[in-house]
Amino acid sequence: MSKEWPLWEVFIRGQHGLNHRHVGSLHAPDAEMAIKNARDVYTRRNEGVSIWVVEAAHITASSPSDKGPLYEPSESKVYRHPTFFDIPDEAGHM
Amino acid sequence: MTDQTSLFEYLLRLGDNTLVLGHRVSEWCGHAPVLEEDIALANTALDLIGQTQMWLGLAGEVEGAGRSADDLAMLRDVWDFRNLLLVEQPNGDFGQTLMRQCLFDAWHLELLPDLTRASDDRIAAIAAKALKEVTYHLDRSSETVIGLGDGTEESHRRMQAALDLLWPYVGEMFTPDTVDDAMHAAGIAPDLTALRARFDTRIDAILAEATLTKPDSSFAQSGGKTGFRHSEHLGHMLTQMQWLQRAYPGATW
Amino acid sequence: MYAQMVKSEATQDDPEKLAGFQARIDAGEKIEPKDWMPEGYRKTLIRQIGQHAHSEIVGQLPEGNWITRAPTLERKAILLAKVQDEAGHGLYLYCAAETLGVSRDELTEMLLDGRMKYSSIFNYPTLTWADMGAVGWLVDGAAIMNQVPLQRTSYGPYSRAMIRICKEESFHQRQGYHIMMKMAQGTPAQKKMAQDALNRFWYPSLMMFGPSDKDSVHSAQSMKWKIKMNTNDELRQKFVDQTVPQAEFLGLTVPDDTLCWNDEKGGYDFAEPDWSEFFDVIQGNGPCNTERRAARNKAWDDGAWVREGLIAHAAKKRAAKLAAE
Repeated sequence: MSKEWPLWEVFIRGQHGLNHRHVGSLHAPDAEMAIKNARDVYTRRNEGVSIWVVEAAHITASSPSDKGPLYEPSESKVYRHPTFFDIPDEAGHM
Repeated sequence: MTDQTSLFEYLLRLGDNTLVLGHRVSEWCGHAPVLEEDIALANTALDLIGQTQMWLGLAGEVEGAGRSADDLAMLRDVWDFRNLLLVEQPNGDFGQTLMRQCLFDAWHLELLPDLTRASDDRIAAIAAKALKEVTYHLDRSSETVIGLGDGTEESHRRMQAALDLLWPYVGEMFTPDTVDDAMHAAGIAPDLTALRARFDTRIDAILAEATLTKPDSSFAQSGGKTGFRHSEHLGHMLTQMQWLQRAYPGATW
Repeated sequence: MYAQMVKSEATQDDPEKLAGFQARIDAGEKIEPKDWMPEGYRKTLIRQIGQHAHSEIVGQLPEGNWITRAPTLERKAILLAKVQDEAGHGLYLYCAAETLGVSRDELTEMLLDGRMKYSSIFNYPTLTWADMGAVGWLVDGAAIMNQVPLQRTSYGPYSRAMIRICKEESFHQRQGYHIMMKMAQGTPAQKKMAQDALNRFWYPSLMMFGPSDKDSVHSAQSMKWKIKMNTNDELRQKFVDQTVPQAEFLGLTVPDDTLCWNDEKGGYDFAEPDWSEFFDVIQGNGPCNTERRAARNKAWDDGAWVREGLIAHAAKKRAAKLAAE
């Protein structure tokens, strides 16, 4: 009987104030050990102040074939960006 | 004024413990049961080697004979080593290594907070750095001992065997001698006997969760920290560790 | 290299899809795990990343051989940190391979029973402390030649693993060269040790790049897919050009009488390694193949009860938590 340890995705906050960022994966028997393993594997060079782990099997990802419908519609909403609006310099900093 | 000879002896004890245990743990590199454990063990060993550099460096300073941490590590013979018998015990299987680690960590973690309040600032500073590292060591070693003790029938059996094998080396950690008494009197080190109750509380909780049975014998081997009688294992370790320095005296690397 | 002679798999997919896939690669897009990819691309990558990962893990052994004999506390710490990094690099690479639908345990088992290979270089013994210098300087130096361009490889997880590896690995070659410098400037015995290490590791390092691949169909396909970024010969030449002056600086002699600067090509002419030796090593007849495989098998077999014990405990804990809810 050989049961492989599940795969975990590791997210690390590099500095105070930043988002957690995906840094890689590892194997661990449970969440507690996954946190410890993440500390030992992914913060050897002083890379983190906070760790999240989530079992890879629990991640739901968007499908690449939906790329068009998911992301392209936002391309045309140019008015969401500040540069869309032309404000004369005389109006001052905005 | 602290008695410098006792202080030197005491620093050797601290430094030799971490030197010998760090060496033992480093023997696992590349051979652990799973990659994550391989990496974690190396981290523990690296911490211990770093602590060794500080303790033995300070020992050399206190001795005042111009010996560096490396001189002390590489050029003393067995009888001059002052480490506990526990840490020189061979790795055995992974369970034995982790049990040894857990027992040492639990003692170390009781000792270091007291050392951070030592009357000697140099000792307090090293202890403060080591304390953070050792807090994690025990966190990890105890969780692994619990996991393996409570795991499968085989892992339980192996962990119980490891505990039975190593238990006779626990007592030495708490048995004071003249050096310990002198350090306690100088306001450097705690009363070792007072650590025992705290250690027992901690270890009992770990063993209970690990479903392991503490041996009811209180018999304790001794002779490591005084250097009077080490085990045969230490000499073999030193022949390996010291070989280059002995074979090519005076060379720098 | 760490992945040598990786045969690329033939692919039989819809030509239109293939063309679209190739266009993405040509445009410099990264391929991600859930994207459509040709079966040949996937299989070739599993083989290449797997072999690369195995090389990191087996590569722990020749250097691990000297951790307990390192001459000073600092050297011991540095070497241990380096060999630990190799375990980390193996781990990152296995994870990259796992995104392609193979598990780490499956890959491990293929290494253990010999179905998958690792780099030829790790089948050579490390006999003296100078070998720690030579391995860092030459072997890591050769590996870096290949790994730096691989950061731009087309497969996202592989590329990201390589970026992390290259960042971490930057100290490896330097620590090796530093050891060599100390020895080359040391006592006559140390200098002799350093020369001896260079003598033994020079040709095996050249072999790391694999045989000349200018006629190989497989490497043409891999290069098209941006799984392989340079030819073996390009990288080998670059390595020699970089390494020879470093040897001269140390006052050591590269064991090649034919070595000379060629003004016309702007690089050194050098002797080819003995390729029959290379194929012997690949076939399992290198000086340490048996020991290396035995060591990995022993670690795996001896560790089974630990892996099983910890997962069993995790299952009990989960069950207890569920029951309490």
